[in-house]
Amino acid sequence: MNLVTNNKWIGQRTIRPDGMDKVTGRAQFAADTTMPGMIWGKVLRSPHPHARIRSIDTSKAEKLPGVKAVVTSKDIVDFPIDKGAVMLGIQDMRWMCRNVMARDKALFPGHPIAAVAATTEAIAAEACKLIEVDYEVLPWSIEIDDAILPDAPILHEFNKFDGKPSNIAGRLEHKKGDIADGFKKADVIIERTFTTRPVHQGYIEPHACLISVAPDGKTTIWSSSQGQFMVRAMTAYLTGIPQSDIRAIPAEIGGGFGGKTIVYLEPLATLLAKKSGRPVKMVMTREEVMRATGPTSGSKSTVKIGATRDGKIVAAHGTFYLQAGAFPGSPIRGAAGCSFTPYDIPNLLSEGYDVCSNRSKVAAYRAPGAPIGAYAVECVMDEVAEALKMDPLDFRLKNAAKEGTKAAHGPVFPRIGYIETVEAAKNSDHYKAPLGKLQGRGVASGFWFNAGGESSAQVNITEDGNVVVTTGHPDIGGSRAGIANICAELLGIDYRRVSVIIGDTQTIGFSNLTGGSRVLFASSIVVTQSTEKIIQTLRERAAKIWEIDPEAVKWENGAAHPVSPNAGQFEPLTLEELAEKAPAMGGPIGAGVQLNTTGADGGFGTHVCDVEVDVDLGIARVIRYTAVQDVGRAIHPGYVEGQLQGGVAQGIGWALNEEYIYTKEGKVDNPGFLDYRMPVCSDLPMLDCIMVEVPNPKHPQGVKGVGEVPLVPVMAAVANAIYNALGKRFYALPMSPPKVLEVLEAPTQQAAE
Amino acid sequence: MAKVHVTTSINGEPMEFLCEPSDTMLDALRGPLALTGSKEGCASGDCGACSITLDDRLICSCLMLAVEAQDHEIRTIEGMAQGDKLHPLQQKFLEMAALQCGICTSGMLVASDALLKKNPEPSEEEVRFWLAGNLCRCTGYDKIVRAVMETAAEMRAQ
Repeated sequence: MNLVTNNKWIGQRTIRPDGMDKVTGRAQFAADTTMPGMIWGKVLRSPHPHARIRSIDTSKAEKLPGVKAVVTSKDIVDFPIDKGAVMLGIQDMRWMCRNVMARDKALFPGHPIAAVAATTEAIAAEACKLIEVDYEVLPWSIEIDDAILPDAPILHEFNKFDGKPSNIAGRLEHKKGDIADGFKKADVIIERTFTTRPVHQGYIEPHACLISVAPDGKTTIWSSSQGQFMVRAMTAYLTGIPQSDIRAIPAEIGGGFGGKTIVYLEPLATLLAKKSGRPVKMVMTREEVMRATGPTSGSKSTVKIGATRDGKIVAAHGTFYLQAGAFPGSPIRGAAGCSFTPYDIPNLLSEGYDVCSNRSKVAAYRAPGAPIGAYAVECVMDEVAEALKMDPLDFRLKNAAKEGTKAAHGPVFPRIGYIETVEAAKNSDHYKAPLGKLQGRGVASGFWFNAGGESSAQVNITEDGNVVVTTGHPDIGGSRAGIANICAELLGIDYRRVSVIIGDTQTIGFSNLTGGSRVLFASSIVVTQSTEKIIQTLRERAAKIWEIDPEAVKWENGAAHPVSPNAGQFEPLTLEELAEKAPAMGGPIGAGVQLNTTGADGGFGTHVCDVEVDVDLGIARVIRYTAVQDVGRAIHPGYVEGQLQGGVAQGIGWALNEEYIYTKEGKVDNPGFLDYRMPVCSDLPMLDCIMVEVPNPKHPQGVKGVGEVPLVPVMAAVANAIYNALGKRFYALPMSPPKVLEVLEAPTQQAAE
Repeated sequence: MAKVHVTTSINGEPMEFLCEPSDTMLDALRGPLALTGSKEGCASGDCGACSITLDDRLICSCLMLAVEAQDHEIRTIEGMAQGDKLHPLQQKFLEMAALQCGICTSGMLVASDALLKKNPEPSEEEVRFWLAGNLCRCTGYDKIVRAVMETAAEMRAQ
């Protein structure tokens, strides 16, 4: 690999291509467009956590003046359960068809029952009230402990675990060595049980779409998502319209964090638009977002770690129960697969259990499952280090995964940068700074798999010699800026001459989700290969003009130059000149590449957190934070730091305040931003970043995914800091003021074995 | 119910629109006035994505009735740049990567502008508390706070 270190644009804090539109209010997000003749759609949702739907009568709603269409589950393509899984990525269409519209049973409060389109939003809402639903209300369970009881109400009677109907929809394990043997060698063993609450991704933009279906079935979808191709495929599956007839246009997306990797509204709006013959717009309220989309799982985890007196971990066992919500599919793979991965542990068993319960179906949230697992593991790591009287970072260094370590989930690591993150944390000014009264410091590490997968790019040279790059991934955090830097670097031109566009499903080749920290990794591979093809064409054209061998032409600083034996014989031909001559020299200049990319190595981070606790009010405040991460190569450092800072802020919210609170009727009691309290500006300090760059040898620019790792260590780092401040351990999130006070007033500790 | 006719001023221009008596100012901006730079994140005054000024006072347009705009002056994100010249805050947000997805950016900029008009030399704490009504889920606020402070310093120097 030829890693270029003397870069002009890679590594620069350039202005992002979409920035101007976003600071002037021009950028068009999902709810920002209209179409002529547009009408409005609304969803009738179940008030019950669990109920059989005996019948739905929509006749009164249909008669209301202004109502143009009503749809129920009868209009959605059914994927029968007994026919087996129909997978789209990680989503089973059997669950998706029942999640977008309840079929035989409503499984959570907020589950869609019917949808109406009418000339105004008010009429659509009024019509929803006229729909008569005959429910047989059933017993329900939301919390994991309730859902796994032997006599728990069963959501899906067909689901069996150990031969009996169960809410446990699946189990996976990663195993290495023999833990029974391993624990026998341990001098110190600590085992703890932790719980976390469901938390929402918290994107500020509610789900929205605007959809038109022409009489011939040609469908235009305008919506924001983490993948226009996912929107097209799911809508096609659920409505029966072929993918070739659906043009899904990616609006600017106002945050996703995993929560927009599935559809909620698009199939409903498509069917309403088809029935009514009118474009249909649907926009969720914040309350609908909180009740019926996301969040991630609540969890119950038990982690046991054994180490020898000299600080070597000899065995570890983790059991992670995660709430899937209404349908199977909680992120147990992330919890079981990532949590122990920073460490080289000879004997390991990591198990995950997928538990259905009567709350909304879980959606991906930034490194799905990994922060939940890491919270438990990294808190126990802290206790083991303390029992061994070792510095917690030294304990991690002593057990760190490195090149050649075999992770329990399969891979043998290539050159990785985990040790570098721990060393950088240890050497940071932050880690050495003194602490005041009621202040404490905690550390934690984290790992995320990172994804490769399908990406497509088309790079075209315009007639005036500038560049348009089209890729297929919605840009949430600045990926267009990274792509512009890379393309400009390769072509040797100013980055402002590169326009980066996100294509719709009918204008760019298939590109998988914006998720798994994969976008810049994967799209820069296809953009690089496309640009290299263009450079080859440009060299050939210059060679033809000069009547020399193409091998005797080099591309440098945005122009073709003759090299030996012709060096200096011809004036360089610039990109503009070659573009001007293109019609006579073989035609338009452009290249596209489509690949299923591989080589996305996992990412590691180590965080240092300081808190100060107000023991009268129970408020823990983060007063200093440093996130260290192996970022591979920071193509645009500003947006890499942004990923680190954003992940940390979400983790602090998860640690200290955010949680779904349920009423005794099983409804979400805090479905708004006032009561579901995400961190606001005055809650946080500056969030320092240390970017360790260990380039990914399998990527042309050394890129590693960076977006998800920064959420993984945070809750443990905060919990360990609070322990350090108070001398009391917390085993449940969030560590919100009432819970901090409770622990301060009732001191109890789980004993070490 | 008959619509209400409202005469007001938006971004310095005289403006008229029709609205329902129950419409919020945000509904009017995003609907009849087609100014979609102000965003609806919550409709309950908790996220600040719809921040505008009413007679130079920072408000959430989702908490104001559209009819209340009668004879008052409204300013929105669309009026922040002067022609093709960005406001220094807009420029600094771009330079310092103080936005990611951009959904909160309009409100952040309008709120930050209102702060600097009131207090040209805010401390970090003052910036943080002033912007506490504007939620951002992407950035962790670090770069936003830095951009506001740096803009303030540059504007004072001019």
